[in-house]
Amino acid sequence: MLIKDVIAIVFVLTGFFFFTTATLGLLRFPDFFARLHATGKGDTLAVLLSLTGLAVYHGFSLTSVKIVFIAVFMFLAQPTATHAISRAAFRCGEEIWTCELVIEDGALEQGGGK
Amino acid sequence: MADFFLIIGVGMCVLVLFCLYRATCGPGVLNRAAGISAIGTKTLILLLLMGVIYGRVEMFIDISMVYALLNFIGCLVLAKYLEGSGEVSC
Repeated sequence: MLIKDVIAIVFVLTGFFFFTTATLGLLRFPDFFARLHATGKGDTLAVLLSLTGLAVYHGFSLTSVKIVFIAVFMFLAQPTATHAISRAAFRCGEEIWTCELVIEDGALEQGGGK
Repeated sequence: MADFFLIIGVGMCVLVLFCLYRATCGPGVLNRAAGISAIGTKTLILLLLMGVIYGRVEMFIDISMVYALLNFIGCLVLAKYLEGSGEVSC
């Protein structure tokens, strides 16, 4: 097994791990903004890592340059799309999840939101 | 090495199924938009993995590039449309 195969495996596995965490956040978080917080940054990092791993695996060629071009484009486009859709949600009055602090008899309990 | 990429591709398909739950049952239009955007991002990587497995990356890389562009433009247009429409309740 070549050294570039090992580097590619490490990068792609790390990207898959971040894809998994982003999907978990998209499924489990309580609010739209929290879900977007998870999937926007997690997916961007995972795409960058996976594309870097595939480019390293393929060696230096025109295809590898194209893969790097896709990585740069996604690095610019994904935060832009996330910002646009979260601004649309904020202006449309999407409800924001708040964590309410309930104080009873001096004890501090952290209650869930709505 | 192709087996490793095959396993990663199958795992990515499972993640797409999980995102599809948010895209179909998610409360509101915006949650569905977020789920569809996540699915598009995963499909981009999945296309490249298919190209590596089949040994024809030169063909799949162009499809993946077009998919990235379409995903970005679709998400942007949907955000603009929802911002103009005002209420997104159901």
